[in-house]
Amino acid sequence: MTTVTDQRLTATRISRQSHVVADSITMLRRNLLHIVRYPGLSMFTILGPVVILLLVVFVFGGTLGAGLPGVDPAGGRGAYLAYVMPGILLITIAGTASGAAITVAMDMTEGITARFRTMAISRAAVLAGHVIGNTIQAIIAVALVLGVGLLVGFRPTARPVEWLASAGLIVLIAFAVSWIGVAMGMQSKTVETASNLPLILTLLPMLGSGFVPTESMPAGLQWFAQYQPFTPFIESIRGLLLGTPLGWNPMLGIGWCVVIAVAGYAWSMAIYERKSVR
Amino acid sequence: MNTPAIEVHGLRKSYGDKIVLDGVNLTVAAGTVTALLGPNGAGKTTTVHILSTLLRPDGGTAFVNGCDVVRDPGGVRLGIGLTGQFSAVDKLLTGEENLLLMARLRHLGAKRSKTRVAELLEQFDLVEAARKPLATYSGGMQRRLDLAMTLVATPSVIFLDEPTTGLDPRSRHTMWDIVRDLVAEGTTVLLTTQHLEEADELADRIAVLDGGRIVADGTPDELKRLLPGGHIRLRFADTAALDAASRLLDESARDSTGLALTVSSDGGVGTLRTVLDRLDAAGLEVEDLSIHTPDLDDVFFALTGKKDQSDGVDTKGTES
Repeated sequence: MTTVTDQRLTATRISRQSHVVADSITMLRRNLLHIVRYPGLSMFTILGPVVILLLVVFVFGGTLGAGLPGVDPAGGRGAYLAYVMPGILLITIAGTASGAAITVAMDMTEGITARFRTMAISRAAVLAGHVIGNTIQAIIAVALVLGVGLLVGFRPTARPVEWLASAGLIVLIAFAVSWIGVAMGMQSKTVETASNLPLILTLLPMLGSGFVPTESMPAGLQWFAQYQPFTPFIESIRGLLLGTPLGWNPMLGIGWCVVIAVAGYAWSMAIYERKSVR
Repeated sequence: MNTPAIEVHGLRKSYGDKIVLDGVNLTVAAGTVTALLGPNGAGKTTTVHILSTLLRPDGGTAFVNGCDVVRDPGGVRLGIGLTGQFSAVDKLLTGEENLLLMARLRHLGAKRSKTRVAELLEQFDLVEAARKPLATYSGGMQRRLDLAMTLVATPSVIFLDEPTTGLDPRSRHTMWDIVRDLVAEGTTVLLTTQHLEEADELADRIAVLDGGRIVADGTPDELKRLLPGGHIRLRFADTAALDAASRLLDESARDSTGLALTVSSDGGVGTLRTVLDRLDAAGLEVEDLSIHTPDLDDVFFALTGKKDQSDGVDTKGTES
């Protein structure tokens, strides 16, 4: 009797596993359809970083740029644009995490999610649909914000290989941050919380080397800025696009991506499991 | 012997201090329709949610198609469909896209998905609205789409949680026809409802749920025998008259705020005459009198108000 049950269980498990990829694609397609049909939220995640970019460059840029080490005060604004651009790109990615959190929190309150839970769909597929959808959205957002940067005078010195490496790293960071965004959305009981929680992520580039060199910060903050994940992310992108020294930053950045993605995955799976069998 | 499609023993669930299910026992034979009848808060939805693996019970066992809902939720999910009170549709997609989404998640394959979706759109009278966003759908259309989505993969057990709540009479009859067709195809249906009429129309067996227990379980006819003719409602001018009448008619329930008294009756002229004669003899004036034919209120009056009268049917759920 038990062996029969075990065999049947194993059989269902196998048939379920083989559908994870197919189900993820189905879920991804659903999320992309939502984005295409209701682009409001996506526009918002792009608009924010663009406003910050224009603000810091044209309003604060002259003075901030002049304060950067080894910069001629006369060319402050241009130098600051170059300095701040990687940070703005990272803020863009962090901002889409907040979009993911809101989407997920809204989706969790919908009847359709309850229906998914009563169906033999892999839990990972539902989450992966959100994560991959958001990663794609983040990549498009980064490309558009970068486009605005180029329009206002950002001139990277990267060669094709370095562009490619930057793109790869951006995808990896977007993927990792999306998992955190999805987990935060799952964690939030209301959509309001979901829109607030990821703001922490948007602050991280500012508390790193995104806007000013970490050396200019007070000791405690400097320590945090040097060891938090966004600093190696920013330094890697800066190094690849503008030729500043890379050091161990790309390795550190990739390591952080893996850690963040795994943590976000484990976090959101745990909550999904808890929510599905209350 | 066939395994029952649904088998529930001593099911318990509580939220903090509030006990929602207090030892529910229920068996549904394959290919039959059972109605879970009860008022708001009786535990109908909770029962359905446990059976459809959305909630974990605190105690007791529940099997669907022979699979334990706690140990093998995946096995349960393969054979069930749920259409709940709250519409489980993706409001940002069109009707057709919703159905295609379900077909893909049920892994029907591209070709079969297409034909199945076309079939369901036809069957549920949604062809014209297929490519329109759900925002333009009426309540009845959304409910039909909801059920169509449940049926994409022809599950063997279907849970319908108050399928006609909020629908107009015509949509309700359409829904009933759909359920009858399902049963004709051999699907097992567990439906919850607040309306005796609906249970009577559709169900082979009715289980009455009240306060987290099954207080009665039987065929519609068996249950109807419990309430031969509904009740007589008498209204009095003042509390004094109400008190006196209440003492006089010992099988009555009083409603002090409405100054009214409810007396169960078999609907015959005889009972009515007896009641009026007794009041007359005592010199009590009746302000207003109305006769009610049996409804759900009477079922509860008969089953929960006076438990000694429910011996006629299989009374369950009293053991803990």
